[in-house]
Amino acid sequence: MNSAPLPPSPVHDRGSPAQPLLVVRDLKKHFPVRGGPLERTKKFVHAVDGVSFSVPKGKTLGIVGESGCGKSTTARLIARLMQADSGSMVFDGEGVDEFGGIRLKEFRRNLQMVFQDSFASLNPRLTIAETIAYGPRVHGMPAAEAKRQAHDLLARVGLAPAQFASRYPHELSGGQRQRVNIARALAFDPRLVILDEAVAALDKSVQAQVLNLLQELKAERQLTYLFISHDLHVVHYISDYVMVMYLGQVVETGPVERIYGQAAHPYTRALLSAVPSMDPDRRTESSPLAGDPPNPINPPSGCRFRDRCPHAHPVCEARTPALIGIAGEPAHQAACHLNDPASGHPGALPETQA
Amino acid sequence: MSTTLELSLPTPAASATPAPSRSYWRVVGRQLRRDPMALAAGLVLLLIVGAAVLAPWLAPADPYKASMLKRLLPIGSPGFLLGSDELGRDMLSRLMHGGRLSLLMGVVPVLAAFGIGTAIGLLAGYVGGRLNMVIMRVLDVFYAFPSVLLAVAISGALGPGMSNSLIALTLVFVPQVVRVAESVTTQVRQLDYIEAARMSGASAFSIIRVHVLGNVLGPVFVYATGLLSVSMILASGLSFLGLGVKPPEPEWGLMLNTLRSAIYVNPWIAALPGALIFITSIAFNLLADSVRSAMDIRR
Repeated sequence: MNSAPLPPSPVHDRGSPAQPLLVVRDLKKHFPVRGGPLERTKKFVHAVDGVSFSVPKGKTLGIVGESGCGKSTTARLIARLMQADSGSMVFDGEGVDEFGGIRLKEFRRNLQMVFQDSFASLNPRLTIAETIAYGPRVHGMPAAEAKRQAHDLLARVGLAPAQFASRYPHELSGGQRQRVNIARALAFDPRLVILDEAVAALDKSVQAQVLNLLQELKAERQLTYLFISHDLHVVHYISDYVMVMYLGQVVETGPVERIYGQAAHPYTRALLSAVPSMDPDRRTESSPLAGDPPNPINPPSGCRFRDRCPHAHPVCEARTPALIGIAGEPAHQAACHLNDPASGHPGALPETQA
Repeated sequence: MSTTLELSLPTPAASATPAPSRSYWRVVGRQLRRDPMALAAGLVLLLIVGAAVLAPWLAPADPYKASMLKRLLPIGSPGFLLGSDELGRDMLSRLMHGGRLSLLMGVVPVLAAFGIGTAIGLLAGYVGGRLNMVIMRVLDVFYAFPSVLLAVAISGALGPGMSNSLIALTLVFVPQVVRVAESVTTQVRQLDYIEAARMSGASAFSIIRVHVLGNVLGPVFVYATGLLSVSMILASGLSFLGLGVKPPEPEWGLMLNTLRSAIYVNPWIAALPGALIFITSIAFNLLADSVRSAMDIRR
């Protein structure tokens, strides 16, 4: 159970390089809403409703979407901090927590998470070296070795151990605390790191430093990132692939430049056009989307985006669009009838793919 | 302390020489030593506790030796520094001996309730769900009664005597401690550092010991120190009502009761046990306040 010595990090692939590190299939989580006089479960919040995706090795998958679209729930389901209602995961070719697959404990060691709230994610009563050393100690690493490793990790994330190791979280700034959180995640020598809004609470200059640190660490340790954010600029900068979520479902996924350049789903286009442009010639004149996302307790039938979509058509209500590949780029998928000439949507013409 | 720490933040070079001890409790201790109120309250408590503990050796007279000729002598009489009571016993000696029982009955129930209540509260808060609901609803029954009434009722049901009043007081305080421990645990349990610990594959026991207990113990401890004075006053009340210590045992509450009849003859003597109860509980409360602020250095 001892984690391997620190740098250089060994590559411990099991599957081939082409095997996606993580494959998620049809993940679902419905939260019961209690109400009524007898506290009977009446309704469910469809927080994550059939999410499937895969993360290639050594790449960063950015997950974007409005608040409440199920990004963080997805992260927690993958990390098994929450039990999914249904769905399965394959980690480097091995089914997670399945017979003959990778055991949950082993899976968790390979996956670590960095949370948004850098203060709440550090125990205020432990020094930061103790916090980093805690995980390895739990897995039986001797105290001295765990401490030495913690110091090495602190140095790696840019915090001088002599100066910071014995400090408490309240004595650090937000950016420093987030570096500590990253160091803690690395203490297990994980292969997949989930960054749940990890830089959202930091100011821009610190954000850039932390993002650069993440990029360096990724190259150095062959990490794979699942980067959850609502900040489209940051996702553009750090991601190789992007997945757009809306109301608990994936609406579009593909390579980052395809998504940012040739978005195929009206929601993605609306989201991207809401980003303030630095170019005065490209200013947005009208709000691309009106209203709020529908209530996830009773999501609309068919396409969930239809009541805010400028291209809505009766077929969108009748049939749920599947996530299908865009012609010419199979890695780029969108769930919209406009991209499917067979859907019966009058707007589904070849030129809409451009 | 906290201000100096925060000031050193923007200039990391200033704190390049870290303080030798960085343990949380040492920081709290240092903070307390700089608080004049804490020092004063601590000194008063030290004097009272010292006098009580050392009473058999320090007391000038036998607290049980009565003399019908020397009843209710005023304060400052020769041989009776603080006068004598209604049976002619030396007040100073009786007050010193009485402190032993009064302090014991102030501290023991709180300590017991602290231990039991924290354990139950941690369990209820960490496990949550149905178990939490059952535990908290059962304890709410105790909450329905005022604590004095509850102490009197339990003590009365168990019968008079010191050990029974200790049990009664413990039972009065357990629900209060549980409630504090449970609410703090419930808050702490939802924080990201608990999730991070779960991600590291730690067992529930390890998480509770390292991450939950450390953060729950502080607030519960502060709450419990505040209960010390309540416990002492309730214990004195029980003795006053004849449910606690029995005469001729010296105990402040009981002395207050037996000297009641002398209040018109020699009010100063009659007020002495009350004054001691008052001073001790104030000192406990002030110290509890100081501990509370000293421990609040986390943010």
